[in-house]
Amino acid sequence: MIKDIVIEAKDFNFYYGDVRALTDVNIKIEKNSVTGIIGPSGCGKSTFLRSLNLMNNLILCAKYEGQIFIEGEDILHKDIDVVELRRKVGMVFQKSNPFPKTIFENVAYGLRINGIKDKDLINQRIEESLKGAALWDEVKDRLHASAFDLSGGQQQRLCIARALAVEPDILLMDEPASALDPTATLKIEELIQVLKSKYTIIIVTHNMQQAARVSDYTAFFMMGKLIEYSKTNLMFTNPEHKITEDYVTGRFG
Amino acid sequence: MKNKFNVITEKLGFAVLTACLLVVVLIIVIIFTNIIINGHSAISLDFIIKAPTDGMTKGGIMPAIVGTFLVTVITAIFSIPLGMGCAIYLNEYAKQNLFTKLVRISIRNLAGVPSIVYGLFGVILFVQFLHLGTSVLAAGLTLSLMTLPLTITASEEALKNIPMSFREGSLALGATKWQAIRTNVLPYAVPGMLTGTILGLSRAAGETAPILFTGVAFYLPYLPKGVLDQFMALPYHLYIMATQHHDITLVKPIAYGTAMVLIGLVFIMNLGAIILRYRLRKNRKE
Amino acid sequence: MIDRKFDEELNELNNKLLKMAALTQESIYLAVESVKNRDKGLAEKIIKNDKAIDEFELEIDDFSIELLARRQPLAGDLRFITTGMKINGELERIADLSVNIAHRALDLSDQPLLKPLVDIPVFSELAVNMVKSTIDAFVKRDADLAQKVIGMDEEANKLRNIIQRELVEDYIAKDISTLSRGLSLFLVAQHLERICDHAKYISEAVIYLVSAKVVKHQKA
Repeated sequence: MIKDIVIEAKDFNFYYGDVRALTDVNIKIEKNSVTGIIGPSGCGKSTFLRSLNLMNNLILCAKYEGQIFIEGEDILHKDIDVVELRRKVGMVFQKSNPFPKTIFENVAYGLRINGIKDKDLINQRIEESLKGAALWDEVKDRLHASAFDLSGGQQQRLCIARALAVEPDILLMDEPASALDPTATLKIEELIQVLKSKYTIIIVTHNMQQAARVSDYTAFFMMGKLIEYSKTNLMFTNPEHKITEDYVTGRFG
Repeated sequence: MKNKFNVITEKLGFAVLTACLLVVVLIIVIIFTNIIINGHSAISLDFIIKAPTDGMTKGGIMPAIVGTFLVTVITAIFSIPLGMGCAIYLNEYAKQNLFTKLVRISIRNLAGVPSIVYGLFGVILFVQFLHLGTSVLAAGLTLSLMTLPLTITASEEALKNIPMSFREGSLALGATKWQAIRTNVLPYAVPGMLTGTILGLSRAAGETAPILFTGVAFYLPYLPKGVLDQFMALPYHLYIMATQHHDITLVKPIAYGTAMVLIGLVFIMNLGAIILRYRLRKNRKE
Repeated sequence: MIDRKFDEELNELNNKLLKMAALTQESIYLAVESVKNRDKGLAEKIIKNDKAIDEFELEIDDFSIELLARRQPLAGDLRFITTGMKINGELERIADLSVNIAHRALDLSDQPLLKPLVDIPVFSELAVNMVKSTIDAFVKRDADLAQKVIGMDEEANKLRNIIQRELVEDYIAKDISTLSRGLSLFLVAQHLERICDHAKYISEAVIYLVSAKVVKHQKA
């Protein structure tokens, strides 16, 4: 069964000014899969992730070559609608960043800036998103409390709900659980398994076991290059390259 | 052995710092006491709401209060939007290159330019070149020029205080840059921007040199009817009462009373800024 | 590269497995000798030593599980520990079969020699060889050698069939008084063939360890 390719990078190179951060990245990501991106610090995994929703454009000296196709469209083309791209490709950050608003307003934020004014629609989407992020039961009675009243794990799930509210197709997660305790981490990992039926998920993680638990495919980056990309069970029982094996078994990192 | 030495220097340091504080507090207390002793006799309801009479030896200082109020409002109208807008552009939009750095340094330096220079500049630009004549408007514009560096700096600081994660979070949800700033940065920065701005305005309210040649008058029999009229002002009135009047000793209470009112006005404005900052902290739990 | 305490522990596991292999090999060799030489004392010694081998198998098992729990190994490390556990089990069964052979030696030692035992020594040598080679393959992580051992199993089956048919047709059927000795030798052949099977299983495990290819249930 040939699955849809929803993200494809072709000979993608990325530079911070004169420094090349990513070299000739070629990768195809299937729809409704969870892809884990692993690699040592500074290997370019976050850089690659942030290229997928053009968040790298915020950096003034950023330059890129090659192509990245998201649902068939080359997002590196100058005519791309960046705002629409970012709605379609949601992002959850490493340190959860709920806005200093109520829980309700946090989730509604994306809807409001996209011009949705219908109160009923907003309420409905908020409930759906909070349910989708496995947070609804915990907050349904206090939607108008401050987002900062929530625990760290709940805040991260709130950020996930916020991203889900604008109905993206793809979710990018940059080490979403690295600041959370084991129980909260587990909840997020379970959530990812549920979410993948509706979304395509890419998760950057420095935790090997997490990548093994959570992802269908794993991509190993090192020094800006994509060294290996294969099904997770292969990557972690018998990787193709020695350097992948060395990294995965903790011989360097 | 070493410990004993540390304890002594600690106590000594603390004593010196306390002494500094006491000196400063003492000076303030002396000034205030002096003003209050000499001026309290002049303070009355009539003082505040009536115009001066009998060659300014009797009556109130109402026109000066009104004038100061008017010129401060005009200053605010020009300096707040200009200052905030400039700060937003510098912090959010401008490329961080040499040119921007130079602009910033220039703005900081302008804060140190003597107020009389602003006054003279105001005469040339507003009074003469723009044909506004000596007026409340010209004076207000001059004062706003003087306040701009403070407003811009304070606003930039307030904007810098908003973490990048707010902007990133907004953009990642599909906001345009201005949407992100308008909905997720400004609401939290504006209180801080206003606090700095109000402090700048309260300083402007008490300035004499910039309004000296641009619009303030020694004595006007009527209140300014429009922005192109001249006006009276508290700091100038105080200056006149204390140094230029033909009978200084007679009007001494009035001078001190004016000082009290001016200080009271500045105090109220600063208090407003403090209350604003308190509310800002309450809303922005981090 | 990071110096891992884990590498020391993996080395320790490897050494334990090698010791287990050595104990097992000694057991087979001595068992086969006790049959050839009809040495009662040797057979009893083998039976007595088996307890130590059993205990050592448990020790290796415990150690392996502890490593799995504490280290959550992946890739090559994971394959090493899991195949190590498997090889451990196979070695223990080989040692048990040696004990069975020793018991047969005890039975045979009371009675006169049945036949020149030409084929049984040959079969014994094959079994000892297969076990030695498969352990060599494990030590050297040599998949080709392991594959060769798997190939030798065919000859093992053939030899068993020949020996057993000869015993039944040429001895027991012709002279019923040879039943007891014949049966004992019949069983010895059976045990030797089982030892060869287990050597084959160890080779399959070695191939998985080296190349992560699963070659189980091959018909050699």
